[in-house]
Amino acid sequence: MFRNQYDTDVTTWSPTGRLFQVEYAMEAVKQGSAAIGLRSRSHVVLASVNKAQSELSSHQRKIFKVDDHIGVAIAGLTADGRVLSRYMRSESINHSFTYESPLPVGRLVVRLADKAQVCTQRSWKRPYGVGLLVGGLDESGAHLYYNCPSGNYFEYQAFAIGSRSQAAKTYLERRFESFNESSREDLIKDAILAIRETLQGETLKSSLCTVSVLGVDEPFHFLDQESIQKVIDTFEKVPEEEEDGGEAEAEAAAAPAEQGGAGDQDVAPMEM
Amino acid sequence: SYGSTLRYKNIERMKAIGKHSLLGASGEISDFQEILRYLDELVLNDNMWDDGNSLGPKEVHNYLTRVMYNRRNKFNPLWNTLVLGGVKNGESYLGMVSMIGVSFEDNHVATGFGNHLARPILRDEWHADLSFEDGVKLLEKCMRVLLYRDRSAINKLQIAKITEEGVTCEDEPIPLFDHFDDTRKAAKSAACRNRAIGEAWDDYDSIFYNAWLKVSIEPTWFVDPDVV
Repeated sequence: MFRNQYDTDVTTWSPTGRLFQVEYAMEAVKQGSAAIGLRSRSHVVLASVNKAQSELSSHQRKIFKVDDHIGVAIAGLTADGRVLSRYMRSESINHSFTYESPLPVGRLVVRLADKAQVCTQRSWKRPYGVGLLVGGLDESGAHLYYNCPSGNYFEYQAFAIGSRSQAAKTYLERRFESFNESSREDLIKDAILAIRETLQGETLKSSLCTVSVLGVDEPFHFLDQESIQKVIDTFEKVPEEEEDGGEAEAEAAAAPAEQGGAGDQDVAPMEM
Repeated sequence: SYGSTLRYKNIERMKAIGKHSLLGASGEISDFQEILRYLDELVLNDNMWDDGNSLGPKEVHNYLTRVMYNRRNKFNPLWNTLVLGGVKNGESYLGMVSMIGVSFEDNHVATGFGNHLARPILRDEWHADLSFEDGVKLLEKCMRVLLYRDRSAINKLQIAKITEEGVTCEDEPIPLFDHFDDTRKAAKSAACRNRAIGEAWDDYDSIFYNAWLKVSIEPTWFVDPDVV
């Protein structure tokens, strides 16, 4: 994308009918580190790559609990993500208080999308620079949605956002047809394998990723490091040596190049 | 007085809410109509989402609790006691909200004098496996007790049934029991004046029997010396 004379304002259309500021906001999402979501009929798993500013600091939190039955993973400007998570928590708890019943995920996602749309139509605002993977459970089953800075939202069986997410998406594309019937354990394993795809050769350790699960009779919670390590150990018996993972292994080496921005050196400090 | 249906004999005090619930009210009818307007808007907005989710009886009950309690806090209550029942996903629900926002769920609820006269009967005779017909008979029994003690009610009852399929059998008000063409004549007739006065006041003697003190507190009867 190149600079042009229509990209200064979010309220300026380009002659080809594009709002460049909104598209630039979506670029910011691609700069953040990867976040992945997948769902089965009864469970949703959200996973993310832990990235720290420097060796001295702790890693940024990318997955937030919105309610017992809804969780969100973000990629892009973490501050925007934090503010939107607070909004989601507030909506969810207000609904619970008035109706004593969990907020249906679809309705939360629409409110979020409407909030994002407002920012694309005011000259004194800017679009939120964060993409949200909202996973939740309601009466009609388990759902996974992706909310864009543009104000659009889509429902997915599985999706990945952030830098090098294309590798994960390729992996998920191959496997998504079986997800609906997957067991909880298989779903978690697939999520961790998808995370591994985004690491592009780096050894997968439990300290590098955060995994969260929610499902029927299982409120949203994070998996602890040991559980994640146990799953990793099932397919990576020895580092650098791949044994069990199945078809995923052979094609991991041929994973396509990273998507989006210029790479790690150019990541702005405020993005994770 | 309480519960006066003296003047408007066909007022319906029960309305279906959404697909799954039924609301009955006692108290100020105009406030009940206001509540129905709130609920209309609620159900409309819920339907506009058009997303497969729908408001069940629990949600409506809690919404009403919030409304009633908030009004009471502003010293401007909606002068009603509401009974909300419904069935959703196979689970049945029955709850009550009072005008000050007191709200709870139970297997049987009543408003006003029903709490004092009908609920003791229900406590004894309700059980989880009641069939619909037995339930109606039990309700009619309770309503009869209430009717005897209300000088300004008429003998018409409205019964509604809620199942998974929705609200059905929401009858036109039905007459409760015996109908006399000329009530004054019936009261003065020989059959009535010469009736035998039995031991029991009615079937519900237990209501007047204080088990702890072992004292029977029956109402006094007028004994007509001409008859005895």
